This record gives sequence, C-alpha cells and structure tokens, in this order.
Amino acid sequence: MHPILKPAFAPRPTRRGFLTGSAGLVLGLHIVGKARAQSAATADGDFAPNAFIRIAPDNTVTVLVKHIEIGQGANTGLPLLVAEELDADWSQMRAEQAPSDPVVYVNTAFGVQGTGGSTGLSNSYMTMRQAGAAARAMLVSAAADRWGVLPEGITVSKGVVSHADSGNSATFGDLADAAALTPVPVDVALKDPKDFTLIGGDKVTRLDGHAKSTGQAMFTIDVFRDDMEVVSVVHPPKFGATVASFNAATALARPGVTAVRELSSGVAIYADDTYSAFKARADLDIEWDESGAETRSTDAIIEEFTAAARAPAMVAEQTGDVDAALAGADRTIEADYVFPYLAHAALEPMDGVIELRDDGAEIWSGIQIPTIAEPVIAGTLGIDPATLTVNTMYTGGSFGRRSTPVSHFEKELAEVAAKAGPGAYKLLWTREDDMTGGYYRPLTVHHLRAGLDAAGNITGWLNTIANQSIVAGTPFEPMVMPEGMDPTAIEGSRDMAYDWPANRVSWAQMKNPVPVLWWRSVGHTHTAYATETFLDQALLAGGKDTVQGRLDLLKSDRPRDRAVLERVAEMANWSGPGTGDRRMGVALHRSFGSYVAQIAEVEDRGGLPHVTRVWCAVDCGVAVTPDVVRAQMEGGIGYGLGTTLFDEITMAEGGLVQQRNYDSYRMLALPEMPQIEVSIIASSESPTGVGEPGTPPIAPAVSNAWRALTGAMPYRLPYRANSV
Amino acid sequence: MAVNLTVNGKDVTLDVDPDMPLLWALRDHLRLTGTKYGCGIAQCGACTVMLDGQTRRSCVTPVGTLDGAKVETIEAIESEAAKAVQAAWVDINVPQCGYCQSGQVVTAAALLDVNPKPTDAEIDNAMAGNVCRCATYTRIRQAIRQASDTLEA
Repeated sequence: MHPILKPAFAPRPTRRGFLTGSAGLVLGLHIVGKARAQSAATADGDFAPNAFIRIAPDNTVTVLVKHIEIGQGANTGLPLLVAEELDADWSQMRAEQAPSDPVVYVNTAFGVQGTGGSTGLSNSYMTMRQAGAAARAMLVSAAADRWGVLPEGITVSKGVVSHADSGNSATFGDLADAAALTPVPVDVALKDPKDFTLIGGDKVTRLDGHAKSTGQAMFTIDVFRDDMEVVSVVHPPKFGATVASFNAATALARPGVTAVRELSSGVAIYADDTYSAFKARADLDIEWDESGAETRSTDAIIEEFTAAARAPAMVAEQTGDVDAALAGADRTIEADYVFPYLAHAALEPMDGVIELRDDGAEIWSGIQIPTIAEPVIAGTLGIDPATLTVNTMYTGGSFGRRSTPVSHFEKELAEVAAKAGPGAYKLLWTREDDMTGGYYRPLTVHHLRAGLDAAGNITGWLNTIANQSIVAGTPFEPMVMPEGMDPTAIEGSRDMAYDWPANRVSWAQMKNPVPVLWWRSVGHTHTAYATETFLDQALLAGGKDTVQGRLDLLKSDRPRDRAVLERVAEMANWSGPGTGDRRMGVALHRSFGSYVAQIAEVEDRGGLPHVTRVWCAVDCGVAVTPDVVRAQMEGGIGYGLGTTLFDEITMAEGGLVQQRNYDSYRMLALPEMPQIEVSIIASSESPTGVGEPGTPPIAPAVSNAWRALTGAMPYRLPYRANSV
Repeated sequence: MAVNLTVNGKDVTLDVDPDMPLLWALRDHLRLTGTKYGCGIAQCGACTVMLDGQTRRSCVTPVGTLDGAKVETIEAIESEAAKAVQAAWVDINVPQCGYCQSGQVVTAAALLDVNPKPTDAEIDNAMAGNVCRCATYTRIRQAIRQASDTLEA
C-alpha cells in the first residue's frame, strides 16, 4: 500500500485494545505526549506501562506489535526500538501481535490501523522509542523509591537496573510490580543516536525465527476451533460473472459435506474437513451469469491499452515544451512497454477463521487494514462492531494481497458465517482460487519517446501510461485521487532523479472488471522498468556510459540517488557492461522514501538470463535492523527476478485465466537465485521503507545487462512471454 | 478403511477416505500443523515430510498407500543434522514470512542426514523443489553450509 494514503476514518472510541489478557507493566505511548498514558498492574502481576509494552515478573518484555508480520520483520524491528530506549537485553524481548484498535495502534502514515506502503518501521520509529523510554523511566523511578536513592544515580544496561554508589541492582522483572504504581512520565528524553546499542547493530536474531524454523509459528491456516467446519468457495470462472443457479445434490451426498450455500461471491461448500470441502468442488453443477463478465483475452486488452498509451491522456507532470523538443530533436527513440497482470502468489492462500457467537464474533486472519475491514465484517454479520474481535495471525506472505481496501475476502468470510448461523468456520481458498481470483498487479502499457540533440543529450521525454486504477472504487478514492488522478498508477514515472529540458508524463485510466491491487512496490514495478531501461537506451544512443551518463543527469537536489549509484558502481567495479559471456546492467530507483541502485550480472542460459550476481546499494535513512534491511533487499530482488523471468496472468479469448497453480505461474527456485551483496548507506535521516524498494530496480538492471549481452531489449515482460 | 502407521514415533490409526492426502490427515485429523498447504500438486514443497526416511510431498500422498509407513514431520525431526539446520536457520535469520520454512528445514535436514558435506551444486539440487516466495534462498544456502560446518566440527 502507498504511504500517501491518509483517509480520514473516524476512530472508534473503544479502549478494548488496552491491557488484553496481560499482566506486570503495560504502557501505550503515543499517549505520553498528551499526558493521558495509562499504566496498570495486570491480573498476572505484569507491569504494563502502556499499550505497547508488558514487563512480566519472569523478566520478559513483550512488545505488542501494531503491524502484521508478513515476513518483513515488524515483530523484530518494533521490539528493537523499544529495547533500545528501555536498555533491555535482546534475549528478554518477545513480540506479540497487537489487537485491533484504530486509535492506540494507528499507523500514523495512514490514519488507520494498517500495514503497507513500507511504512511499518518509519511510522513507529518515534512512538516505539518513546514507549520504551517511558517504561525505562518508570522502572528507574521504582528502583529509586525502593533503594531510597536519587534516580540520577541509576543506570540501566542489558535489562539490569543498577545503582553503583549503593551497590543495588535489580532486573526489570524484580521491579515490574513497583513500576506499575509509579506515575507515567509526561515527557521523556530519547537517546542521542550516538548512544544506540541495538539500533543499527549487527545483528539481532529475529524474534519469530525459532517458531518459524520449528513448525510452531501459528498461521491462520493452523487455527482450529471446536466443531469448526471448513469452507471452500467456488468462484465465477470469469471476472464480473455471478451465480445464476446451481445444483448441489451430488456435493451434498458426499461424505463429510454438511451444507452448500450461495454467497454473493460464489457457491460455498461446508464440510467436516478440508479434503471433503475441496473434493466436493467438482461435484457442484453451477450455471454462471456472464452478462457482465470480461470475456476478452489479455491480448485484446493489451491492444486497447497500447492504443490509449499512444493517444493524449491526463497530464500528470509537465516541464518545458516536450512537443517542441521532440519535433526539433536530432534523433528520437520510442518504445511501447507491456507489463502483464501479476498474481501475488503468496504461499499461504487467502484464509480466515470466523466464530459467530450469540454475543458477537471473533476472527483469526491476516488482515492488513483492520480498520477498514471491521465495519465490512460487522455490517455483513449485522452485529455491533464493538462485539467483533480480530486476532492477527502470522501470515504466509502478502506482497500486497492481504491489504485489500475493498475487503472482499473479509466480506466473504463474514458471509460464510452469516449464512450458516452461529458456529466456527475456516474459509480456505485453494491455490487455484488464489491464482485465478484477481486482485492482480494492473496490466500496464507505457509509451515512451525521447529526443536527443546532436551531442546525444536528452532534450525531451514523454511517457504515457495506460492501466487501471487500484484506488478507484475503494474507500481511499476520495482522499487519494480527488482530481481523478491515481498517483499509484504512475508513481516512479514523475519527479524523476534526472534533469532534461522538457518532460511530460500522462495517464490513461483504463476500466474493466478484472480486480487490481497493489503488488510489492505497486506502480514502481512497471515505472522503474520502463524508465530505467528506456534511459539506458537513450544514453547508449547518445554514446554514453550508463552509469556516468546517469550521474551526469542527476538533479543537484538528489544527492542520495547519487550516493547509492556511486556506491553500487564501486561495489561492482563498474567500467561498463563488460565483455564476454557475462554482462552487467545498472538501475536506480527511489520508492517509499528509500533509494536503491542495483547492478546485475547475467549470462545466457537457454535463451533466458541467468543472473549470477547482484550488487545492491540502499539508503533507507537510519537502518534500525541492518540484517532485516539486507534480507528485504535480497528477498525483494528474488521476488522481482522470478516475476521478470517467468510470470504473467493471461486470459484466453472468452476470459478464462490460464494460470492456475505454480506449475504455470512459477516461482524463482533456489538454483536461480543470484549471489547478492548489499551495502547500506550510513545515514542519520529518519528511517524509510525497505519491504518494497528492493524490488523495482532488479528487472531493469537485468534487462540492461541482457541488452548488453544479446543486443535485444525485452519490451514485454516476462521474458518467457518473448521467448515462447 | 482404517490405515495404521507411525507418525512422529506414535502408532496412529487413520480412519479416513483412503484418497485423502497425508497433508490433510496430518493437519485436520492429527493437528500437526507445521506441515503446510501451498499448492496441492507437489509444486512448492511446503508440505514436505519424511516418509520411511525419504522426503515426500504429503499433498499428493494418499493415506491409503501408507499402511505400515513411518512418517516424521517438522514437529519431530530431531536428528543431529536437523538440530544443526534449525540452529543455523535461527542464527542466520533465514525465515521471513516463514510459511515454507517447515518444508525447507525438513528437506535441508534430509540432505545433511545423508550427505553432511554437500557441494554448492548438491545444495542447489536438493533444495530446487522447495519454493520460497520471500526468496530467502541466499540465506538457505548459507544456513545449510553453516549447519554442515557444525556437523563436521
């Protein structure tokens, strides 16, 4: 999701999120500044100085993490911020998913509780440090009272509170009960960054690492409730189709099947177990109403989008007179780029568990924007939202898929219960449901033209982008696109790092029934590729080196772009793309506030690039957990690379999706993973995103290398689409 | 038709449809949830278990074929290699979302059980069928090498 999204949702005035089932010191810290902090000794005797921290008598410090853990490291990064200011020992830290509460657990970048846009760490940076500092002050105050000394003489280090002059010392656990009785400080001083002992250190062990290496981590799919039924929904095979009628007799006769019910999204099979539910899908005889369905092939859609990209469209950015620049150019180059629909293909398919009771409902799922989903769920169930409890589980990947602002999955889950009545239900999509179910990265066409003068300098740049809006039709629309322009459709194509006399970026909004969604790095997935490969071509046409040529074009106010580009060139010993069987290509792209430059080295393996090495330089401000930053760069590169090589969702004539599972939509495999070297630029700027920014540069870097090797630039992704 | 087998060292009788894949019997009927569903067609490796000492995709293994079989899942692997693999996984921060990692760990442990000092090519071969959508592959390689070094020491 995108950081600029700040919808004005009215927060629910509940304090239900506080102190749930907790014990010792519990603190909720954004509140500190407003002097409304609550502290409590909880039932189990824990110290709970605020809504983010619990310190138990057993000396564990549990941080309630307001963001979902989808692999990006929220359950490590946020506890680390607390531990830093608390001066805790890393081994005593624990992470727990915070309950749902749009006030206490707000994402300050969005104004709702939600995870996305690579904002998790950045929007928590001050809040969680303040939470830790306040808890530390209360522990010190409790120790001072107990020992009859002044707090100024007390030090805290690695989870031990000490007073050197009196020789006293105590653990957090020893002090938890007493600390809970001390006043919550109104204002707390944060550490000078030079005194950090954990932030920026190498390295901390992920708090979820052990559970995830031993099969103990609990994902949504692992939730079982008493007498729970498993539900599988057969969805329309074409986007925009609906159920006309169905015959469930055969399915109902199958052992284990308990009911078949029509939902607004399809036909639901209720069964005793997963196997019975999945197996009965083939027994259903369903007539679909396809009158509103998309029946065109993706080839036909590409044709439509390409025509739109070549025509005048809504202007998103304009400097200079690009028409005159192109008309007066010594030479012009142009290209149409085609990017397919893409499935997120997270390994855990969409799933959720719901228990509907007489007094309310409880959900276990991986919902990325609970503040938006909860009213949809409550409305569908016809219950008071205050009686709805949402438990956020570990989630087997998302890459944007679980951040669905129209809440279609949550609505389906609620309907499963609403139609059946009180009871417990696990809704589990099959891999095929997940792959063919839409909410794809939008199919996108870029039309690019550039003019060069006689010296080979770029004089004009025109980029027209045709795709569907992700934001239109969602609750974010009024805030994000008040003038009809969806910034996420074109992000990365304007406000570029480079300077040339004339520039125009335009957007043609396309409409069809295929649902689209943010997909790891959103608009940058296509804009980085189109702009960075086209720029490479323009530089080569002008006889320039592709690294030096970029450096020469960088605007004076983009020093951070310059730093990562210079760093990556140094790492790869860049002196041009090289010669022989392996060639190098470079790409530079800023997204989600972070700056990333990559150089890829490729060889030809059977007509496809095999990427041997990738060098990656990143500036994400303060790198709170450098090992997580590296991991996200590595993962972002692997995720982008597999997609670049192999993946597209296509529809045949008639509108059926042709990819149904990992056999036809294939993931990068371990032998295809390059060696990756990541360098993090030292910075004192506020932290910015890392979950997404590693992805955009890899595809253009690979293609710039591939062009150096083969002379061919792929204008249509994935590579496999060009070769077969 | 009831099928008798050993799961994680315990005798188990599964009275289910013989066509039911072992994956769903483990998860829904024995509540061993470490083994994961990803694709259902043996394309991702998230469901990997040990069957009579070999790795096996439980999502395409019908329960009816398992009479007398010995199954081990992520919850119970405890060979020296398995312990070394899990320790290296934690130390190197391999998991991200973690959903595929049960299958990765089972497969890596099986490799080191029979080949404690694999070459890079042998690691690539052994792990090629286990998909990680988060692409934690560089760390998987590194962790297997580290576990291998531990076993050697």
